[in-house]
Order: sequence, then structure tokens, then C-alpha cells
Amino acid sequence: MSILVVAEHDNISIKATTLNTVAAARKIGGEITVLVAGHNAAAAADAAARISGVDKVLLADDTAYAHQLAENLGLLVAGLGRDYQYVLTPATANGKNFLPRAAALLDVAQISEIIDVVSPDTFKRPIYAGNVIATVQSGDPIKVISVRATGFDPVPATGGNAAIEPVAASADGALSVFIEEEMTKDDRPELTAARIVVSGGRGLQNGENFKLLYALADKLGAAVGASRAAVDAGFAANDMQVGQTGKIVAPELYIAVGISGAIQHLAGMKDSKIIVAINKDAEAPIFQVADYGLVADLFEAVPELERALP
Amino acid sequence: MKILVAVKRVVDHNVKVRPKPGGAGIDLNNIKMAINPFCEIAIEEAVRLKEKGVASEIVAVSIGDKNSQEQIRTALALGADRGMLVETDAELQPLAIAKLLKAVVDREQPQLIILGKQSIDGDNNQTGQMLAALTGYAQGTFASHVLIEDDRVRVTREVDGGLQTLDLKLPAIVTTDLRLNEPRYASLPNIMKAKKKPLDTVTTADLNVDVTSRVKTLKVEPPTERKAGMVLKTVAELVEKLKNEVKVI
Repeated sequence: MSILVVAEHDNISIKATTLNTVAAARKIGGEITVLVAGHNAAAAADAAARISGVDKVLLADDTAYAHQLAENLGLLVAGLGRDYQYVLTPATANGKNFLPRAAALLDVAQISEIIDVVSPDTFKRPIYAGNVIATVQSGDPIKVISVRATGFDPVPATGGNAAIEPVAASADGALSVFIEEEMTKDDRPELTAARIVVSGGRGLQNGENFKLLYALADKLGAAVGASRAAVDAGFAANDMQVGQTGKIVAPELYIAVGISGAIQHLAGMKDSKIIVAINKDAEAPIFQVADYGLVADLFEAVPELERALP
Repeated sequence: MKILVAVKRVVDHNVKVRPKPGGAGIDLNNIKMAINPFCEIAIEEAVRLKEKGVASEIVAVSIGDKNSQEQIRTALALGADRGMLVETDAELQPLAIAKLLKAVVDREQPQLIILGKQSIDGDNNQTGQMLAALTGYAQGTFASHVLIEDDRVRVTREVDGGLQTLDLKLPAIVTTDLRLNEPRYASLPNIMKAKKKPLDTVTTADLNVDVTSRVKTLKVEPPTERKAGMVLKTVAELVEKLKNEVKVI
């Protein structure tokens, strides 16, 4: 079996979700090649070569891949993918963008956001906002799969010593042009990689009150997330959204503050190891999934919790 | 400029679905159906472009059984000019849907095609990107802002960690994210008017598309339930548990 894993990276380092995706590839079993497509991405390729269990690294280094434009990346991945039986990538915003394009060019189905490998052709994936888990079997010669990182424990980032091979860039179709990027400046850990996540919901009442959560998060070294209700209400940026249509997280500790626990939010966090819920409504569905619940006014409980931490 | 919008009939987002006993499928008996929320945002965006004088005609297309006419009528009530149903009783996968939409694009020749980023039943998030690949068009997925400028469209996208803005050559594919707009409600007069707007029906055979599925669903089951934990009385108690019992802080 030959597996191509398309790495998520920033040209300098490999993103953690790539390690979970390699873990999924190892569960399928076979020779694992990691593709790093970027611009001035030699450092990322070096990092990929050190990932435990990786047999080979392909480096496509070209301006066409500088901003991970789906048109160019889709073409490259479809071209290389023909020689493999599997093409895997993390189900991140980037993976979701280019992978279906590559699958359609290969004329094969894509299996989105797998959380388990049952056998080499059979996978589990959540549907209906995580209310249902489907077991699906692929009959395609090339299985194109996006991997939900929280379903697989990451492989070690070091220990490997794979050879790096350059590959030629496919032509830049110039269908789309990158204009700008506006990234949230944040010294806190990334939501999907954080060990602890503190999330706020509509109970916070406004965006200004999120500073209570930031103070708590800074004490814990945590990332800050938000429910869709809080994002819809304009309290928090969309990239903070935890849930089926936002980010899927599974930290060691998830603290839900003023979040009622709508189905779509639970889908994004219920694989967290320990869940704490702070909500003044004792009937809130979030308490049904929480390991520890605190029925309290968050405006008192959160500052008190923050002060109680070293 | 002509805009094509794809809409899907799905289980209403407020309904909690359950697998049938035995895991052979989802129990959809007597369940409220609705237009997929992301598709509603797609219609709204098209209607706003028409109101600005950028778009001249909006065609709403749906693929599904004849009940999908309801969702097309909803799109017409919201402001689409005409509808098209690709009628099929089969449960189609994104690749087949993208191929059917490609055939519709070939017929209609729209300059802009707007779709929801994903449907809330299958949660695949594939169709727009696949349609873009099959048509050879540029794609602006997970859009939070769309601006047409002559023969280009500027799309701001929701990406991990922030926003990315791309300039796409038209014709192009845009898929909608939550913050693109807030869809309006259809007024009663518009609902009445929508009944008189044209709605054509074609079959998958008319479009000459092979819709054989590549992926078989073996079973569906509920996720493993988390058992509810304990309710604590004080913050001090919580800190004690987190520190000493589960040792996460």
C-alpha cells in the first residue's frame, strides 16, 4: 500500500495536525510519503523528514504554492496522487479547500473527516453535526481522505530520517490571485493544538466580557474559543468558533463558560478528555457532557477561578 | 450577469436525528425538512448582488426527489428568478452532484455559481470545490465577503487563524460561510409570487451523468455518549478536582 500525506505547514515548520494524519496513515498501513508544497519550504520539508514513520518526503517548492491556492495545489496533488492508493490530508480550512478539487480531478470520491480506520477500505466519520457516526466503505482505486485530527493520537515529530526528493511544480493556472491575509495576532496557543481550551458563549453578553476568559486562559496557558452563538452575536471572531461548522478540538481540559451546549457546539468539543461547564442555568445541555459542572454566575465564578490559580 | 445557486433539502437544523435500529440508515419519518442553512446564505448573497444591479438573473437548482421543489420555491420566494430540479430518488454523493451541476453549468453558462460550504446532513464540504475542478473555474470557498469587479470577483475567506482575500477570474465558484450575510425571511406576497415563477424538471439521464456511488455506507450508529459527571458547589471544589483528582492543571 502506498500513501501520500499532504502536509499542513507554514513553510518553516510542520503543523501538528500533520502528525495526526500520519498516525491515520500508519493505521491504514503501508509506505508513507509526505508532500510539502510551498514556497521556500525547505525547513518544513526537513521537519517532515524527521516525523516518525515517514518513508519519503516530496518537496514541491514554487511561488505557485506560496499561499496554498486550491487551483494550483489541487492540480499538483491530483498529478502526484495517481501513483498512490491513498491521499490523506488534515481536515483543516486548507485541507478542506484543495482536497475535494484534487479528488474530482482524479475522478474519485473524497471521504471527509475520518475519525477511525476500521480496515484499509473502511472508515468512520461523523455526519449530522456529529449526532451520527457512519461507517463507510470506499470502492475507489485511489482513496482520497481528509482526517479529523482529534480522532488519532499524533505520531512523534522526531525519530524519522526520510529522504527528501524535489518534485516539479504543475503549471500555475492563474485562476486566482492572492491579495492579502489578515491573521489574528495572538500569543496564545492555537485552538486545535492547545492542551487547555477556555470557550465562551452567549452568556458572556458581549465581546468586551471575553477579557475575563483571556485572563483565565493566560493563567492556564490555554487557547480561547467561542460557541457559534457567540460568534453570530459578534462577541468573538469566526476563527474562534468551536463546533461542527467551526473548529474541532479535543484538548485535555475544555472549560465551557456561559455555553448552553447546542448540538453543533458539542460536536466540536465532546472528545475533550475533561470537560468543565460553568453556567447559571442548571438545565443547560452542556451539563450532560461535562465531567464537572458549576451552576454559577460566570461573572463571579470565572474571576474567582482565575485568582485561585497560581 | 447570471448567477446559479445550488440549494439542498436537508433535515431542519433544530432536529436531532437518530439512526434507525440496526443502523441501516437515519430515521427520517415525519421529520421537518428545510433548506440547508449555508444554501440560504448563498441565495441571500445572489439576491443582494441582483439588488445592487450586479446580477441580472438568478437560477436556483436543486438535486433530489420531487419534494426538493419546496426548497426551490423557498429560493424563488427569497428572490431567485427561476428554478431547476434535477430529479432523482437516489441518495447522491458529492462527486455525482458536482457532475450534475457541471452539466447544468454547461447549459446555463452562469458567470458566478454560489453554493453553501457544506450541507448539515452529510457534512462533506466537497461539492463546490469538486464543481470548480470539473468546470476548471477558480474557487473562493468559505466566503465571508464577496465583491464583483468587472470580470473578477474578490472573495474574503474564513481560514484557520484569520481571513484571506483572493481575486478570482470569472466565471468562478463561491461557497458561503456563516458570516457572509444574514438571510432575510420570505414575505407572504413573495411566497405567493414564487408559485408562479418557472420551475423546470430534468432527470440525471437528461444530463447524461453517471451517478453511481463510489462509497457505500455500511452502517450508522449514535456516537459514544459521555456520561454526565458531577455538579460542584464551589470554585474551590473545582480547582481541587482539576488539580488533584484529574491532574490537568
